[in-house]
Amino acid sequence: MENILELKNIGYSYHNLHGETKALQNISFGVREGEFIAIVGPSGCGKSTLLSIIAGLLSPEEGTIVVNNPDGSLHYPKIGYMLQRDHLFEWRTVYRNVTLGLELNHKMTPERLEAVDRLLKDYGLDKFKDKRPDELSGGMKQRAALIRTLALEPQLLLLDEPFSALDYQTRLFVSADICRLIRAAGKTMIIITHDLSEAVSLADRIIVLSGRPAVVKNEVTVHLTLADDSPLAARNAPEFQQYFNMLWEDLTHES
Amino acid sequence: MRAEWNRKTKNRKKASSELTRQEEFIRKHRRHHHEIASWRTIIFVLFLVLWEVSANLKWIDSFFFSSPSRVARCFVDQIRNNSMLAHIGVTLLETLLSFLLVILFSLLVSTLLWHSKKLSEILEPYLVVLNSLPKSALAPLFIVWLGTGTRTIIVAGMSVAVFGSIISFYTGFQQVDPEKITLIHTLGGSRRDAFCKVVLPGSVPILLSTAKVNIGLALVGVIIGEFLAARRGLGYLIIYGSQVFQLDMVITSIIVLCIIALGFYQSIQVIEHQIKIRFKM
Repeated sequence: MENILELKNIGYSYHNLHGETKALQNISFGVREGEFIAIVGPSGCGKSTLLSIIAGLLSPEEGTIVVNNPDGSLHYPKIGYMLQRDHLFEWRTVYRNVTLGLELNHKMTPERLEAVDRLLKDYGLDKFKDKRPDELSGGMKQRAALIRTLALEPQLLLLDEPFSALDYQTRLFVSADICRLIRAAGKTMIIITHDLSEAVSLADRIIVLSGRPAVVKNEVTVHLTLADDSPLAARNAPEFQQYFNMLWEDLTHES
Repeated sequence: MRAEWNRKTKNRKKASSELTRQEEFIRKHRRHHHEIASWRTIIFVLFLVLWEVSANLKWIDSFFFSSPSRVARCFVDQIRNNSMLAHIGVTLLETLLSFLLVILFSLLVSTLLWHSKKLSEILEPYLVVLNSLPKSALAPLFIVWLGTGTRTIIVAGMSVAVFGSIISFYTGFQQVDPEKITLIHTLGGSRRDAFCKVVLPGSVPILLSTAKVNIGLALVGVIIGEFLAARRGLGYLIIYGSQVFQLDMVITSIIVLCIIALGFYQSIQVIEHQIKIRFKM
């Protein structure tokens, strides 16, 4: 499949009075349509910076991002961004939270709202529409945050350690759940994680970044023999441990 | 609140014996509150009795220290010749006006400061100095600039509260989680959206607590203004009473001021409660 997005030699530095800190150096990779990419790397290596650049929240100091839409048009794919925490606003109901993006973009059209209603129903949240976020469980909050992101119909979803605020058990379920929903919606996804098992179990391809300044150290394509669809299935796949060890080697042996 | 408790206790009774512990807890909680309220009342009554008795037994000179009965008589007299209510009305109105103006003005300025980081950096030392300046020092200037009258008094009332409330509003705005603002940007919102959808609603608790402090400060400023530049109002009554040695009048006005301060505080408390229920905070 063709790359819809191609990062070419991306570089970025942070500046302060004590000097320059190189965060990213010469980062290149492509993103194919419908693909799930996980980015792993030591903490503080600039993963979030990279995601902000792809999202267009920061502009790269070096390099370019090439857009390659299937229809030949040149506009940047629509981005949906999920942050580490759900950030649902307590002063809004769940419904007014998930429609926040539409409200900000003045797109509260009947069709869009209908799509939101459908998502709420599909994700089992329609009964909680008029509740406040603090009445939802951790997993339901993440689903609500996903609906808020999907309501704007993005083509590319960027997830910045979206499950790190959850406890371990919830995290296993929610990460599998959210990724299943995103696959079902047919979206492309880039996820940042520091959890290697999460990366192996969720992604089609894993990009390993080195410590600061981050360069692409390795690219691993993941093929797992899956028994069933449960959140633990991927982790029980025979190849799981090999991938895990490979990534572990990459991360621990800085060269 | 009480109705809810009753309903809960009724439900508990139906359930097993373990739940009587809950009843016990509620009873303890209630007893604690009754105790606090009773002590408050006892202290108040004791104070009044002691005051009245010491005035009657000439332990203190009631010409200088007045007494509860003299205060009551003075209050009734003043009500009868209609002047007390007018004085109270003037002070109330001036305080409310300067309070509302303070809130409006500081919201406007703190919004500007939030909007422009540079402006806030430039103005910071000025705000700090103006905030720590004793505002009563400015009152004579206001009289010269604005004359004597309601306008001067409202400005005096504002001057006491406004700088502090600008600083607290702005600090409140800055404490909003920057990730929430990033969220607005990732959803395609502007900086203005970030302000209206996140910063402002997220700062409601701070706005309320600042309002609670400010209503008291506005009252302080208004009384200072009335001391110097008024012919009406409780501040005027206090100064006038002390000049003609009618200390009953002074003490009566001070007690009325206490009641007004309590009333203001309670009303803001009620508003705060309503808002908290409405937004389920």
